[in-house]
Amino acid sequence: MNRNISCTVNSKSMTWQIDIRMSLADVLREHGYTSVKEGCGVGECGACAVLIDDVAVDSCLYLAVWADGRNIRTTEGESKEGKLSPIQQAYLDTGSVQCGFCTPGLIMASTSFVEQHKGQKVSREQIRKGHAGNLCRCTGYDGIVRAVEQCIDAEKQ
Amino acid sequence: MFDIDSYHKADTVDEAIALLSQNPDAVPIAGGTDVLVRLHGHNPDYRHLVDIHDIAELKNINMEPDGTIVIGSGITFTELAQSPLVSINIPVLAEGGSSIGGPQVRNVATIGGNISNGAPSADAAPPLLVLNAEVELKGPEGVRLLPLHDFYQGPGQVDRKSGEIMTCLRIGSADYKGWSGHYYKYAMRGAMDIATIGCAAACKIDGDRVTGIRLAFGVAGPTPLRCWRTEEKAQGHVVDQTLLDLVSGSVLGDLRPRDSWRASKDFREQIITTLSERVLKEALNRNGVSIP
Ligand SMILES: Cc1cc2nc3c(=O)[nH]c(=O)nc-3n(C[C@H](O)[C@H](O)[C@H](O)COP(=O)(O)OP(=O)(O)OC[C@H]3O[C@@H](n4cnc5c(N)ncnc54)[C@H](O)[C@@H]3O)c2cc1C
Ligand code: FES
Ligand code: FES
Repeated sequence: MNRNISCTVNSKSMTWQIDIRMSLADVLREHGYTSVKEGCGVGECGACAVLIDDVAVDSCLYLAVWADGRNIRTTEGESKEGKLSPIQQAYLDTGSVQCGFCTPGLIMASTSFVEQHKGQKVSREQIRKGHAGNLCRCTGYDGIVRAVEQCIDAEKQ
Repeated sequence: MFDIDSYHKADTVDEAIALLSQNPDAVPIAGGTDVLVRLHGHNPDYRHLVDIHDIAELKNINMEPDGTIVIGSGITFTELAQSPLVSINIPVLAEGGSSIGGPQVRNVATIGGNISNGAPSADAAPPLLVLNAEVELKGPEGVRLLPLHDFYQGPGQVDRKSGEIMTCLRIGSADYKGWSGHYYKYAMRGAMDIATIGCAAACKIDGDRVTGIRLAFGVAGPTPLRCWRTEEKAQGHVVDQTLLDLVSGSVLGDLRPRDSWRASKDFREQIITTLSERVLKEALNRNGVSIP
């Protein structure tokens, strides 16, 4: 049940032969994008979140064939020339990484949230709702909410 | 790897119908947030898939010249929430849709999948029921249209004949012009949870009387249910506290909640009674009438 798909991953063009039974998470991990974590495999935890055409999706519940022709972003591609993205830096500044398993998925959820709310005033409640699809068992979320706030405030300046 | 035995991707509705007709075991997959979870659990009923994920004709929201709002079955809950047509005319549906899962789920889960899976907890169902929505299905025999409440047949069972695809949901202008509505999802967690009870109300007012009143509940019976008898009793009633008392005293007669691991029947009945009053009150409020 093999098929070829072409997509871009972190701005690089890829053509991969995939088995149609695979999730996008399986395929990305197989090709070395191991920032994509599989926690639950059923859409509950967000550890596998990636951006597809800038929209956050859980790659464990996304058939790899659907990625054909699309533009995928994973956490690997967010830092440019050794420099962390503003979100990544904010997570670091607020101490939002403990065991780190949830972090890549959360970074993508936050990245999409900040891109969508550019220049807007957002409440903590909106930030929490916007991250409801990502579980973190370590940090208690407070730092994460502050990291997002910090990025949105910086965007406004 | 998912346990998929056969997989065919359709580019058009007609192609999907042809593929489904060729294999009686095949089921459509749209957003996959139900189908893939079931396959993850090795459910054998979803091993033959017809992929309708990328069918463009299922992804439109528009208004026909007579005011009918047509929502393609492939519209995601994020797209629904972002549609001005929806937020201006039928905000109660956006309210229901926005209560589903988390952002990543809403970015892929479709309204067609939410209704077609027959789940009693579908958060789009109570809003669509109070909007008197009709379901449009297309199959080998052609197109048919039926009221949503008739589409639901039992737990997990809907009136989808073999080879059929749900193409869209239709809401006539008489079912939203002048109406106001509200949906409330009672769940144990603030997000990412299945409803313990979902409640939608819609109303229309003339002077001091209700000229239209509709109530629907999720997880209060084998399918999402309208409260027909209560609605009949309340029709034409003066808008005051006695209307709310009448409704909350009557709704349980229309519903069949039961025990589950999520909540007991007694607890559900309590929530239903309380929500019927509270949700209707908010719907009335949105129509400019506030009951103290
Ligand atoms: C983490 C998580 C949280 C969730 N939270 C909620 C929630 O809060 N509230 C809620 O209501 N649901 C929730 N769900 C369930 C699910 O996301 C929704 O029911 C969703 O709308 C299903 O749509 P889909 O496109 O993903 O369906 P799919 O999985 O693609 O399909 C679902 C069913 O519908 C059929 N089908 C799909 N499209 C059509 C069509 N056009 N014509 C005919 N048949 C069709 C399929 O064959 C299948 O039987 C959740 C799911 C997950 C994974
Ligand atoms: S692994 Fe995909 S959501 Fe948990
Ligand atoms: S840092 Fe450990 S789960 Fe979030």
